[in-house]
Amino acid sequence: MKPAPFEYYAPTSVEEALATLQTLGYDGKVLAGGQSLIPAMNFRMARPAALVDLNKVNELFYIKPTSDGGLAIGTMTRDSVVEKDPLVAERFPIVPYVVKHIAHPQIRNRGTFGGAIAHADPAAQIPALSVALNARFLVRKQGGERWVNAEDFFMGPFMTVLEPEEMLAEVVLPPMAKGSGASYQQVSRQKGGYAQAAVISVVVVDENKRCKDARVVLFSVGETPILSQTAPKILVGNVPTAEAIAEVAEKISKEEVDPGTDIHGTAEYRRHLVKVLVRRGLTEAFERAK
Amino acid sequence: MAQTVKIKVTVNGKQYEREVEPRLLLSDFIRHDLGLTGTHVGCEHGLCGACTVLMDGEAVRSCTIFAVQADGHEIQTVESLGTPDNLHPIQQAFIEKHALQCGFCTPGFLMTLVDYLGDNPNPTEEEIREAIDGNFCRCTGYFNIIEAVKLAAQKMASH
Repeated sequence: MKPAPFEYYAPTSVEEALATLQTLGYDGKVLAGGQSLIPAMNFRMARPAALVDLNKVNELFYIKPTSDGGLAIGTMTRDSVVEKDPLVAERFPIVPYVVKHIAHPQIRNRGTFGGAIAHADPAAQIPALSVALNARFLVRKQGGERWVNAEDFFMGPFMTVLEPEEMLAEVVLPPMAKGSGASYQQVSRQKGGYAQAAVISVVVVDENKRCKDARVVLFSVGETPILSQTAPKILVGNVPTAEAIAEVAEKISKEEVDPGTDIHGTAEYRRHLVKVLVRRGLTEAFERAK
Repeated sequence: MAQTVKIKVTVNGKQYEREVEPRLLLSDFIRHDLGLTGTHVGCEHGLCGACTVLMDGEAVRSCTIFAVQADGHEIQTVESLGTPDNLHPIQQAFIEKHALQCGFCTPGFLMTLVDYLGDNPNPTEEEIREAIDGNFCRCTGYFNIIEAVKLAAQKMASH
């Protein structure tokens, strides 16, 4: 058999799952969609002592509207469900567009929205999307819970602020502000493949077309999703000109990303991609915001 | 003694009860425990799509699901599609358009397409390319597979 042996727990409620995680401590690992974890176990790169499978915890599968115009997404909601949900498309048109770029249909039928966030692959779309949309995460453990902002959640490649006994239970997307526009840009070698560089841009403009907010999140070019500090500094308060956007793109590519070199591309090439993709992304996001 | 779990799984309409180790992959369960060798195993880490089966009607990769997770669920493999005398329209289209050479990837393509064409009976060429982007074929260059999907869609519409 491919994976190393492990103890298997299949709780049917959140309470039972949290109690199991509490007992197991560092030996326990949550199994969500398994589309990253099980391949890693097949290679024996991951050898968890025990898996706590959430696939039978029905109360973790949902998409609910929040009264302020946002959404609450249960951690086990499958990517394909998010991709096809009419309410998601209506309130956050960028979300299904980004989700469509995750791997392949068979993987999206199984992979989960919360699982991708907790896994924290630096090349994954959903962690970056959650930062771009200013999401908040409900983190639960036995007898307690806390809320964590997306931008404070990711600590490094495959590392988050989650403690072993904790579980990401829900993702809350606050409503898109009036006058907002979003764009997703990526370059990958083939459809469904990891992006060599990618950027999600969410901007807000006022009635005079001045920029009120600009959240530009890069991924696959650093250890975590990178929320640009440069973009709001240059853009907020001004009408975004082509020159200003080009300046942002230039600065981000030089100062804010830290891409690596591998067989598919050099760091220098990826910086070039960042520059081009940020320019295209911000241009498109501002066009959509009008 | 390794932990075993008792599972009940319906595969191609037939119910099976087995004791399995939690680490047994669904793909190996289907092939080794049930002897249904139509499901092929390629990369075993979710890249190639050869092991695609339907779980409760949706295409999934059986190499990235544990057999214990299929407990209480319904699985369909390529054996459920047609017989040599009475092929499924997608199988017939693959033959007519020469959409396979060695055939190793074919069961995965067929199961992906059964799910896809069920939901999208009249896809464009671009949509077909997206639908099969999770299945590798190293022989055909995909061209004839795309032609076969178009023909299959026609056949299924006239059924």
